[in-house]
Amino acid sequence: MDRKRSSLNLFEDIDLNYKATELRLGLPGTDDQPEIKTSLSGNKRSSSEMESSTCTDENESRSASPTKEQVVGWPPVRSYRRNIVQGKKESSEMGSGMYVKVSMDGAPYLRKVDLKMYRSYEELMEGLQKMFKCIIGLYSEREGYNGSQHAPTYEDKDGDWMLVGDVPWEMFITSCKRLRIMKASEARGLDDSL
Amino acid sequence: MDPNQKRAKAVDRVDSVDTGAASSESTRMCPFPDEVLERVLSLIGSHKDRSSVSLVCKDWYNAERWSRRHVFIGNCYSVSPEIVAARFPRIRSVTLKGKPRFSDFNLVPEDWGADVHPWLSVFSTAYPFLEELRLKRMAVSDESLEFLATNFQGFKALSLLSCDGFSTDGLKAIATNCKNLTELDVQENGIDDLGGHWLSCFPESLSSLEILNFASLNSELLLQAPQLMELGTGTFMQELVSGPVTELKNTFSNCKHLVTLSGLWDATPLYLPVIYPACARLTFLNLSYATLRSIELANLLTHSKSLRRLWLLDTVGDKGLEAVGSCCPLLEELRVFPADPFDQEIFLGVTESGFVSVSRGCPKLRYVLYFCRQMTNAAVATIAQNCPDFTHFRLCIMNPGQPDYLTKEPMDEAFGAIVKTCTKLQRLAVSGLLTDRTFEYIGKYAKNLETLSVAFAGSSDLGMEYVLGGCPKLRKLEIRDCPFGNAALLSGLTKYESMRSLWMSACNVTMNGCRELAKEKPRLNVEVMKDEGSDDSQAHKVYVYRTVAGPRRDAPPFVLTL
Repeated sequence: MDRKRSSLNLFEDIDLNYKATELRLGLPGTDDQPEIKTSLSGNKRSSSEMESSTCTDENESRSASPTKEQVVGWPPVRSYRRNIVQGKKESSEMGSGMYVKVSMDGAPYLRKVDLKMYRSYEELMEGLQKMFKCIIGLYSEREGYNGSQHAPTYEDKDGDWMLVGDVPWEMFITSCKRLRIMKASEARGLDDSL
Repeated sequence: MDPNQKRAKAVDRVDSVDTGAASSESTRMCPFPDEVLERVLSLIGSHKDRSSVSLVCKDWYNAERWSRRHVFIGNCYSVSPEIVAARFPRIRSVTLKGKPRFSDFNLVPEDWGADVHPWLSVFSTAYPFLEELRLKRMAVSDESLEFLATNFQGFKALSLLSCDGFSTDGLKAIATNCKNLTELDVQENGIDDLGGHWLSCFPESLSSLEILNFASLNSELLLQAPQLMELGTGTFMQELVSGPVTELKNTFSNCKHLVTLSGLWDATPLYLPVIYPACARLTFLNLSYATLRSIELANLLTHSKSLRRLWLLDTVGDKGLEAVGSCCPLLEELRVFPADPFDQEIFLGVTESGFVSVSRGCPKLRYVLYFCRQMTNAAVATIAQNCPDFTHFRLCIMNPGQPDYLTKEPMDEAFGAIVKTCTKLQRLAVSGLLTDRTFEYIGKYAKNLETLSVAFAGSSDLGMEYVLGGCPKLRKLEIRDCPFGNAALLSGLTKYESMRSLWMSACNVTMNGCRELAKEKPRLNVEVMKDEGSDDSQAHKVYVYRTVAGPRRDAPPFVLTL
């Protein structure tokens, strides 16, 4: 029944999810993150448990905290109004827009970008840098995003997390489901596994 | 009318039971001839005043009922159509409201009731000259619309707000048959859109139409009915505009009387300037289906200085609201809807700062509906200071039970500030983390409050008791997901008959508590909606309302009248 949240809890939950879905070399359980606040989720979960649950998580909501369920009839927005905006989102995603969620490690909230607004990786990086006020730097085949603090990664159609820039732009925008700007140190793991 | 004839009629009209008493009363207490009384009463429009008039004496009761042209029925189950027809023989206009408001948010099952058809049947014989029908939250079928269109010859104005059960076929019947239509207002309904052809069913000669609000733009229609004062345009598709952009521009400038513009669902920045020529005269602009950004809104608003009412999506952000504050000094009503209400991960939209900006620039604000994801007590206190004339204050902090995000305290002081400062407050919707203190403030200070909406708030029965013990003008109380139980419910025993209705869902009220209430107050309908699979002793959804029509005869199986 406890539906109270503070923004701090929000942050920790997001962090936990991504931790579970990132590609890492290392044994499950060697998790150096702090424990989840038990007041929220009610029980501790090991990282491997998290991994399996989030992999099957279809709708990307933070179902790691079972208290944050969708409440019927809340917020009090008429279904008619909800359908309109949803319908627009869907039609824009199919037609004129391609919105994907973008998160950045360390930022408490997600944003959305319309991939159709950009014509190249450079433009996308510029947009992301403006949005999150960070420096991403340039991609190179050999070095990845080494030399900068952040590295952009994306989840592709198969659910794998890849480094942004490894495939041609046209292929990228059709397969990108969501973006995550990781700390460069963590992205190195991805690079090695490619 | 022949005065002698009229006077004879006055005697006939008096209820047979009290004939003797009434005549002697009338010679003693009511010196006016009937025709004078009726002439005077015909000037009284407000239904509240008319109710007061009807209570003065039998003569006034009768004069009032014969002179009434418009009847307002706030709860269709509080009275029956037969009773209405018997009391008011000369009605030309009816306003009828049905389902409890929380049905808008899927809290009331389908087939709950509020079918308009029994009313139309009675009206077709009692009021064949009915001209206006305004329905809110009623179940309306295509058959009913067709019945309406074909049984009332002089029908002029139809307004359907938040109704469901019909399709564009029903609208076709209206468009085809109502030769004298001046108003067709169809908004926020669950309509089955079977195609726009119904629009072409309006006869070409239709010149009477003044108000048209519907779901798709047809620019030819705009040109056909030049005295259109209100236009809800719906879609504003790029395809429609790509060819004759200049033509559409002319269309809008031809609408000399355009005072309202709504819809604009797909308006992209490129095409918004098309409506600029119409903006100068606009008093109401509904952009709540257009995902505008702050800069687009700002540009639009510089052309719309006459705005009194503005509806927006929160995509405009705090920056967009700053533009509202600077461009719209005459603004009286602002509604900011969430573009992504159900997406819990996104943080976009508006904050307390946008609201404060508007309050600074728009001191005449009296109606606000504001959806946000963060708020502070201090901001609301500032807003109350800036806009003391609020009559409607509906604040929805979308995360249930969320505290002041800076101080982490409950939002009690915010609503305390509102009720203390805004003495004209009639309607209040609260949200965020709230203790019983909020309700203590409300009960004590909100002397003019008529409608209160509460969700995920309060600490104990005391909260609800404070409200029921104060708020002398309370008419509608709707509560969900609060820790109020039987003691709270029963504390309102003496109050419910002076209210229109009470809704309580997902609270701590039990069947026994409801039975107790029903037993004590036979003139109330105490209805409990059964939830499948829930505990039988808990009363999960309770709807209590006063009625002269007795228990519902059309209640579906899941509605239990105690």
